[in-house]
Amino acid sequence: MPIMNDTIQFNVGEHRLALEKALKLAPQDIVMEIREAGLKGRGGAGFPTGTKWLMALSAIADKKFVICNADEGEPGTFKDRVLLDEYTNLVIDGITIGGYAIQAAEAIIYLRAEYKYLHHKLERFLEEKRENNQLGNNILNSGFNFDIKIRLGSGAYVCGEETALIESLEGHRGEARNRPPFPVNTGFMGYPTIVNNVETFASAAIIISKGAEWFREIGISKSYGTKLVSISGDCKKPGVYEVPFGISINDLLKMVQADEAKAVQVGGASGQCIPESQFDRKISFEDLSTGGSVMIFNKSRDMLHILRNFMEFFVEESCGQCSPCRIGNKKLLEGVELIEQGKCSYTYLNELIELGKSMQLASKCGLGQSSPNPFISILTNFENEVFSTR
Amino acid sequence: MIKDKLSRTPVSQQPLVVHKEEQGGIGSLVEVEINNRKIQVQMGTTILEACKENNIHIPTLCYHEDLCLAGLCRICVVEIEGMRTLQASCTYPITNKLKIQTSSEKVRKARRHILDLLLSEHYGECYVCHRNGNCELQSLAKEYGVDGFKFGHITERRHSVDRSSYSVIRDMDKCVLCKRCVRTCIDLQEVGVLEATHRGYDTTISTFYDKPLADVICINCGQCINRCPTAALKANDPSDEIWVAIDDPKKHVVIQTAPSPRASIGEEFGLPAGHSMTKQLNTALRWIGFDKVFDTNFTADLTIMEEGTELLNRLKKKIVEGDNSIKLPQFTSCSPGWVKYIEHFYPDYLDYLSSCKSPQQMFGALIKTFYAQENNIAPEDIVTVALMPCSAKKFECNRPEMHSSGFKDVDYGLTTREMAQMIKEAGIYLPDLDGSGFDDPFGDASGAGLIFGATGGVMEAALRTVYEIVTGREVPFENLEITPCRGFEGVRQASVKLEGTLPEWNFLEGVDLNFMIAHGTANAKKVMEALVRGELENIHFIEIMACPGGCIGGGGQPIPTSPEIRKKRAEAIYNEDRGLELRKSHNNPHIKYIYEKFLIDGPCGHISHKLLHTHYVKRGKFIA
Amino acid sequence: MLVSEKHGLTLEIEKLAEKYGRTREALLPILQEIQMKHGYISEFAQQEIANFLDIHPVEVYGVVTFYAFLSRKPQGRYIVKLCQTIACDLAGKEAIARAIERELNIKFGETTPDMKFTLEYINCMGMCDQGPALLINDDVYTHLTPHKTIEIIKSYK
Ligand SMILES: Cc1cc2nc3c(=O)[nH]c(=O)nc-3n(C[C@H](O)[C@H](O)[C@H](O)COP(=O)(O)O)c2cc1C
Ligand code: SF4
Repeated sequence: MPIMNDTIQFNVGEHRLALEKALKLAPQDIVMEIREAGLKGRGGAGFPTGTKWLMALSAIADKKFVICNADEGEPGTFKDRVLLDEYTNLVIDGITIGGYAIQAAEAIIYLRAEYKYLHHKLERFLEEKRENNQLGNNILNSGFNFDIKIRLGSGAYVCGEETALIESLEGHRGEARNRPPFPVNTGFMGYPTIVNNVETFASAAIIISKGAEWFREIGISKSYGTKLVSISGDCKKPGVYEVPFGISINDLLKMVQADEAKAVQVGGASGQCIPESQFDRKISFEDLSTGGSVMIFNKSRDMLHILRNFMEFFVEESCGQCSPCRIGNKKLLEGVELIEQGKCSYTYLNELIELGKSMQLASKCGLGQSSPNPFISILTNFENEVFSTR
Repeated sequence: MIKDKLSRTPVSQQPLVVHKEEQGGIGSLVEVEINNRKIQVQMGTTILEACKENNIHIPTLCYHEDLCLAGLCRICVVEIEGMRTLQASCTYPITNKLKIQTSSEKVRKARRHILDLLLSEHYGECYVCHRNGNCELQSLAKEYGVDGFKFGHITERRHSVDRSSYSVIRDMDKCVLCKRCVRTCIDLQEVGVLEATHRGYDTTISTFYDKPLADVICINCGQCINRCPTAALKANDPSDEIWVAIDDPKKHVVIQTAPSPRASIGEEFGLPAGHSMTKQLNTALRWIGFDKVFDTNFTADLTIMEEGTELLNRLKKKIVEGDNSIKLPQFTSCSPGWVKYIEHFYPDYLDYLSSCKSPQQMFGALIKTFYAQENNIAPEDIVTVALMPCSAKKFECNRPEMHSSGFKDVDYGLTTREMAQMIKEAGIYLPDLDGSGFDDPFGDASGAGLIFGATGGVMEAALRTVYEIVTGREVPFENLEITPCRGFEGVRQASVKLEGTLPEWNFLEGVDLNFMIAHGTANAKKVMEALVRGELENIHFIEIMACPGGCIGGGGQPIPTSPEIRKKRAEAIYNEDRGLELRKSHNNPHIKYIYEKFLIDGPCGHISHKLLHTHYVKRGKFIA
Repeated sequence: MLVSEKHGLTLEIEKLAEKYGRTREALLPILQEIQMKHGYISEFAQQEIANFLDIHPVEVYGVVTFYAFLSRKPQGRYIVKLCQTIACDLAGKEAIARAIERELNIKFGETTPDMKFTLEYINCMGMCDQGPALLINDDVYTHLTPHKTIEIIKSYK
């Protein structure tokens, strides 16, 4: 299933020459171009990609690594699947450009186990690229050597977190690491490593192909370019859409023909749940940030049931190493059960919301820092439905 | 020397490497502001260290000085200006100017929440817990004035208690998942029995397939117990049975006390580390009701005689008789954790181990034979207790081969902690007591036996004797203090030149007696790997202790432990040795007496082989 | 387990260790291959893998228990994994779940006595726009209805 709408970036002209163009530039120039374009990570956290690459480029080490994060585990996200399936070349070129930019020789695509059916296709594609001298030694006669390996995940959402991903690659349990040191200094096997989302790499290739200026004209200030969103839930036309940053929820809903929406969960299970009154808010790093997931719930849906599903997800998918996340999510889930049974006092609810805030502050990695989001947002935005009238 | 293997510690938990280009690099100073106070610290210092240096208290739970960093309990979080989330101070290295708040509202709330969460999952009540009063979770609860369970309290067990091991009992319902035991077992000791398993809320510390500890390759060193902040791990306590024996008028209950517990038991009574309590302890033991109090150092002296003779015999057979089946270097065998380690991990190298029993087991065998005969007591009426710094000794005394007297040679191994508990239960405050000596016929032993307690001690004691046997002169070290044996370096190596040998030992003239010392099984592994690679050809004698620091850091010693505490305990032992008149095993008159009266065919003779030597089991690594 | 079978497994693991290298990074690929070939990773296999990679068996166990796609018990030849996350849930996962349970006469987490099917839930598999969805081994099926699901299951029987 390809991207649903007429795309802005992905299908404009040919990006086939991106790699060739990149290899004629100096690594610093690529990094500068990406910085100028203001590209921010598409995986969720939105860290400026150029800055990340610059840090990795300036790190001194005898080896460096590029990791493409294709672990796409956030509920409601499936745009990376589409990219890997339909825009393979763009993604692979993006990874190669990233490798050239930081002067790495090796890249690893960490593909989630659920997408194993893409594995063979990708391997074949890589082989083709090698035959065409677009991977391997002396790529396109530029003197640059680079190759890409694919490693499969084994079913753990937390392995999408970059340091947990690296732990997993090193053969450990997918438990997030302490930061600092950051992967750009001490990453895979202790070497400087950039970890980027599939879409980030694809966007980087587009920027090299079309130029930073072109890219900056799309989107809004501070959130340049477009975003792939995966839309699911109660709408007539779910799927992956490419939208410019700054689009409002209302416009999104119109696009996918969702007429009855009462709530939209932006950013997946770990994102925010927005009520109708806030549908004029915009998708952007400054307002509603998302790794790509938009889930629509219509008037017939029980928000508490949805919340319960999310919290069950986190209780299972937390890596379990740090106390706020391991026990905290369980307590939030138990709280949902109490509410269901009509046994949760107002005081206890507030205590749980405060607990959620502490988890956001004190958890070790992004999972525990964001897992209270649905709890807090659903219980604040839908308090009447979920709590008071139950 | 032995090359360090690349550390197994995950990269993220290793000390931060600050590159030269980054702001002056390591060694330069950075100014930070902690709680609005400007402070200069070394580049790379963690926030926690910086706070400690400046007397700012930060609570910790998963942090332990001996272990690599984990940063997972999150109780030590602090607020750094400009950062969205709180940061774990134990892992955060200071590399630039930071503004830190260690007890802002956010910080206090978060800590309190974390504590409430941990307490809600912590099964049981404090007053029915052996760590009551010495529990880090309890202290935190006190520190934060917790007076109720905000998020409920678990009322049913999620796990069953594993009592399978003679040495270590695991109660995972008390576990806070700080992973100190995991880091101890995998990183510090490299035994690898415990690891976090499953994930999410189901995460548990467990053994391979959650098998009973007795069935996996646990070496019983008990280092995990020493580092557990709560009561999840404890030693298998036989004190109830010992009370029964004491209360039974038909039983003749004798106790032998090892050197290390004396150097540390004061800590259990609130004294700072490094107070030797030998004489007071003797009195307390008599008050409690032990019929005789013996000094394990006596058999430590005996071990030196036997083990030293064994070494000389091996050297003679190898050098003079050219017998190549003789294995050198000879390894010490008094640490039962180490013995089980080599049985599991290097079963093909058991011939390198000295066949001598540990002092504890030698004593047991002598009490139920020699002592029983001399005093006309039926051995079956004797109950022997061994006060040890060690949890592995509990396993050792239960080994089936330890029945040389025809009875179970040592009935109970008791740790320092359990002994302190018994003393308290008897209503005794140890530091108040007057001192008293040891009982005959074994009497007071030499300082050589005493220093067995610290890493390098066995080697030093052995050298004092071996050198003198071979040359007829004292070891050429000032005040008999063989300094290369001392210290806490993980693996040490040194040599003593044998010159002016007596005629009988002429073949050793001019030979450098090369020896090595290692403590902690991770270091033992380094030595063994070198042996396997064939790099230890010219080494003669190797002392290995399973526990970091040697017996003074044993798994039965008072909690907490730290490098500082172990150093103090070792000093206490060395000081006591320095003050003794008798400092060489072979000069101990009681030793001479026993060789004249009982072990009449001398060290390594027939009788001693029957009573004082043992054999080992090829256990291997396979977990059935 | 038969002795000869044990030995075969050892040889297999040795080959994999040669292929992926005898270092810890090789752990997951080796586990994945064993899982794929045998449907589970036995206690014996875990110890052998630990041996070849010079790590401790409990570390292998820790990893195996961490990842949802690695199992310790023999699984059916076909592992049916139904997505339980919200989009599929709202699209009618419950009806699909009951239908499969009835059809195979087992509950989630169980395996049919003939060792043909194992039934499991998984978390979001990235087919949210086409739910309900399930995986049978590596194959994806979407837009399920109870009827369609039964037909799919039958085609594996
Ligand atoms: C629990 C968790 C799961 C994550 N899952 C993914 C994922 O599936 N894919 C992804 O690209 N980033 C994921 N991330 C974000 C990564 O940690 C990281 O920020 C990202 O790969 C960086 O790439 P970017 O800068 O290109 O976005 C996840 C983060 C967390 C905390
Ligand atoms: S926040 Fe959750 S997932 Fe992240 S380290 Fe802590 S327990 Fe693991």
